[in-house]
Amino acid sequence: NMTSISEDSDKEKMRSVSVDLNNDASLVIDIPDALCERDKVKFTVHTKTTLSSFQKPEFSVPRQHEDFIWLHDTIVETEEYAGFIIPPAPPKPDFEGPREKMHKLGEGESSMTKEEYAKMKQELEAEYLAVFKKTVQVHEVFLQRLSSHPMFRKDRNFQIFLEYDQDLSVRRKNAKEMFGGFFKNMVKSADEVLISGVKEVDEFFEQEKNFLLDYSIKIKDATAKAEKMTRSHKNVADDYNHISGALNNTAADNNTAFKKHLEKCAEVFEKLRKVEDRMASDQELKLTELLRYYTRDIQAAKDLLYRRARALADYENSNKALDKARLKGKDVAQAEENQKQCLQKFDKLSESGKKELTSFKARRVVAFRKNLIEMTELEIKHAKNSVSLLQGSIEILKSN
Amino acid sequence: ETSKYRSLAGFSSVLFVVLSLVKVFLSQSPEAACLSAEDISPSSNGPRDDDPDDLFAEATEEVSLDSPERQPILSDGPSPAITPVTPVMISPRVDVFDRSPDQDEDEEENRDTFDIQISVSDPEKVGDGMNAYMVYKVTTKTSLSIFSRDEVCVKRRFSDFLGLYSKLASKYMHMGYIVPPAPEKSIVGMTKVKVGKEDLSSVEFVEKRRSALERYLLRTVKHPALLKDPDVLQFLESSELPRAVSTQALSGAGILRMVNKAADAVNKMTIKMNESDAWFEEKQQQFENLDVQLRKLHASVESLVCHRKELSVNTASFAKSAAMLGNSEDHTALSRALSQLAEVEEKIDQLHQDQSYADFYLISELLGDYVRLITAVKGVFDQRMKAWAKWQDAQVMLQRKREAEAKLQYANKPDKLQQATDEIREWEGKVQQGERDFEQISKNIRREVGRFEKDRVKDFRVVIIKYLESLVHTQQQLIKYWEAFLPEAKAIA
Repeated sequence: NMTSISEDSDKEKMRSVSVDLNNDASLVIDIPDALCERDKVKFTVHTKTTLSSFQKPEFSVPRQHEDFIWLHDTIVETEEYAGFIIPPAPPKPDFEGPREKMHKLGEGESSMTKEEYAKMKQELEAEYLAVFKKTVQVHEVFLQRLSSHPMFRKDRNFQIFLEYDQDLSVRRKNAKEMFGGFFKNMVKSADEVLISGVKEVDEFFEQEKNFLLDYSIKIKDATAKAEKMTRSHKNVADDYNHISGALNNTAADNNTAFKKHLEKCAEVFEKLRKVEDRMASDQELKLTELLRYYTRDIQAAKDLLYRRARALADYENSNKALDKARLKGKDVAQAEENQKQCLQKFDKLSESGKKELTSFKARRVVAFRKNLIEMTELEIKHAKNSVSLLQGSIEILKSN
Repeated sequence: ETSKYRSLAGFSSVLFVVLSLVKVFLSQSPEAACLSAEDISPSSNGPRDDDPDDLFAEATEEVSLDSPERQPILSDGPSPAITPVTPVMISPRVDVFDRSPDQDEDEEENRDTFDIQISVSDPEKVGDGMNAYMVYKVTTKTSLSIFSRDEVCVKRRFSDFLGLYSKLASKYMHMGYIVPPAPEKSIVGMTKVKVGKEDLSSVEFVEKRRSALERYLLRTVKHPALLKDPDVLQFLESSELPRAVSTQALSGAGILRMVNKAADAVNKMTIKMNESDAWFEEKQQQFENLDVQLRKLHASVESLVCHRKELSVNTASFAKSAAMLGNSEDHTALSRALSQLAEVEEKIDQLHQDQSYADFYLISELLGDYVRLITAVKGVFDQRMKAWAKWQDAQVMLQRKREAEAKLQYANKPDKLQQATDEIREWEGKVQQGERDFEQISKNIRREVGRFEKDRVKDFRVVIIKYLESLVHTQQQLIKYWEAFLPEAKAIA
């Protein structure tokens, strides 16, 4: 079961959860196509670069989801990057929905008419395509976030990811053995207690902390509600489908004039279904996916705050240790050195953290703007299509 | 007398659009005056009335073949049936019914304008607790001469409608007339209303019932014979209506079930009806198919109604969440846009709600009505089989009497012989009557089915267009809302 996507006119509109990416021509990354073999997705990662650190100016490599996770984790575990918001890892491709549908299709094949089977197959393919588009988008955005960041783009592992033309799975295994996921586990869940418990002297971070803690709850909720809304929308589209089928069944037993009428009605509902479906999936791509992405990104920002809070805690502990050492008159130099380093680390995190959080807000605002505009324009477009479809059909039905 | 009315804020305005659509397809729409939906108002110390009707299960009595449904079931018997067509001796087996049903109908049926408007409105709760019941105002506007006034308002309760239906069914069904069934009883629905729960679901229940009662009356008077029936006239005009008390019979489905049980008994008999008329066989099969198809269609529309309601609820929920997100957002312009988005989604939620009312009242309820009408149609075919069986029985009896008389020829019993000869004459009469009845019911059914088919096609054509127009309206509103939002989204800076 292989599906592939390639360049299409919606490409630009698809990749917009995060914007202002790929603006720097020195390193441009995209995922022009992907293959779906059973449930494994193979992404083609395509790079164009003018940087001398790369061997070729243009190249492509096949990558799996696990490779992206490896890259994300190595970056998280890099001490140097503690002061940055680490772009959230793309979620695993989730083909559960289409898989279920395929199952139903296989089971019910014998009891369906040819038309029903063909229609269900069509739906199945559409759903596969939708999941597909979504997963390509998030994986691509992840890479583009890295490439547009002054520090990450220079990361050695990032370069390997983009360039290494062999299977990365060997490296992945080694990395796991090396780090054992220690740091990852440590920073994985930002400790809200620690963050909120820290006595903040910096006004900026105080505000950010309050904002992020509240916003993360709200955006998580909005994501869940948007998902429910989209699902209901899809259910309505499904119902139009069943109504269309039922109308066709009823048409069979009637005299010619009424039969044609009923068949026309069935056709209208079929077309309506397609439009509603598109409305629902566009809303999902533009709104739900946007909210999902920023829920993860907010989490990454909170992780940064957490790391800074830990650094502050470490610094405060080092102060206490220094006082103790001075009291005891033992290991004072060591304690002084430790305290100095802790302070340095904390200051570095604060400085880069401030920059990161400021640009994060800008990025978020731009992304919301772009997606809300695109979603609105698509809703208008689909509604206008509905209107003309309906009005045309009403004319025909009236004249019959 | 004055009762307190409370208006259903919001609900009435929402429904007005839908209800006027419903009325238009069933008849010319009456004025808004009768339509202003009034609330259920609990009036204390209302007349206490034993109304066990709504609490008892529907009719289940066994019925023998001797058409007991002809006997009055109610405290006041039905007035004599109106037979618009005088029975004519028609020679059987000659297919005179090949022409289209139109040519067979009464003049009045071909009127261009159906000059009567009926509305059911102003549901009002009378009494308290489990003895409470709803009373509806029935307004008839007409220029037809059979009515004594050109506008009349009466108050009727649900059991009155059931009573009317049972009378009409008992009078006309055995003649092959398709009598529109009354709406179903609902124990759960009514209990909530009685108990005084004035939440949205009991309000919706009352509205659903009011609408169903109205459609029932409109369908009933559309039938040319039923329109002239004195029971119908009394129902519409008379200020006081004798209470129909017999509980078991008073359910539309109950009556049908009773009648159909009789027909089932016929079917179980080994006598296989010799169907010489292919039309009936064909039509019966057609209605079997239609029954299945309509039920399926109805089920998928009900699913749509349900999902659209869910969509409305989920949209409202998202709207609230988006508003909260907007409040939390610290970038001013984005915060503003998110609040605007929340407002748009709230408006859209209302839109979905309105659309789901249209889904329900325009299509779902209509399909439900037709599913029940088909049951009535099938019942009428069964009545014909019963008539045929009766005729055959009479023929068998006649044969037996003749044989008995022949035997008596050889015995020397002049009295018995005379009696036998008399009985033969009696049964010859019954055979003739049986044949006449059978021919009559066959003729009636052909006409009724023709009318039914015409109405079905017309109803559907009209409703589907109304429904599509409601969808157009919704989409146009969506365009309006989103076009208003677009500059807000663009204003994010």
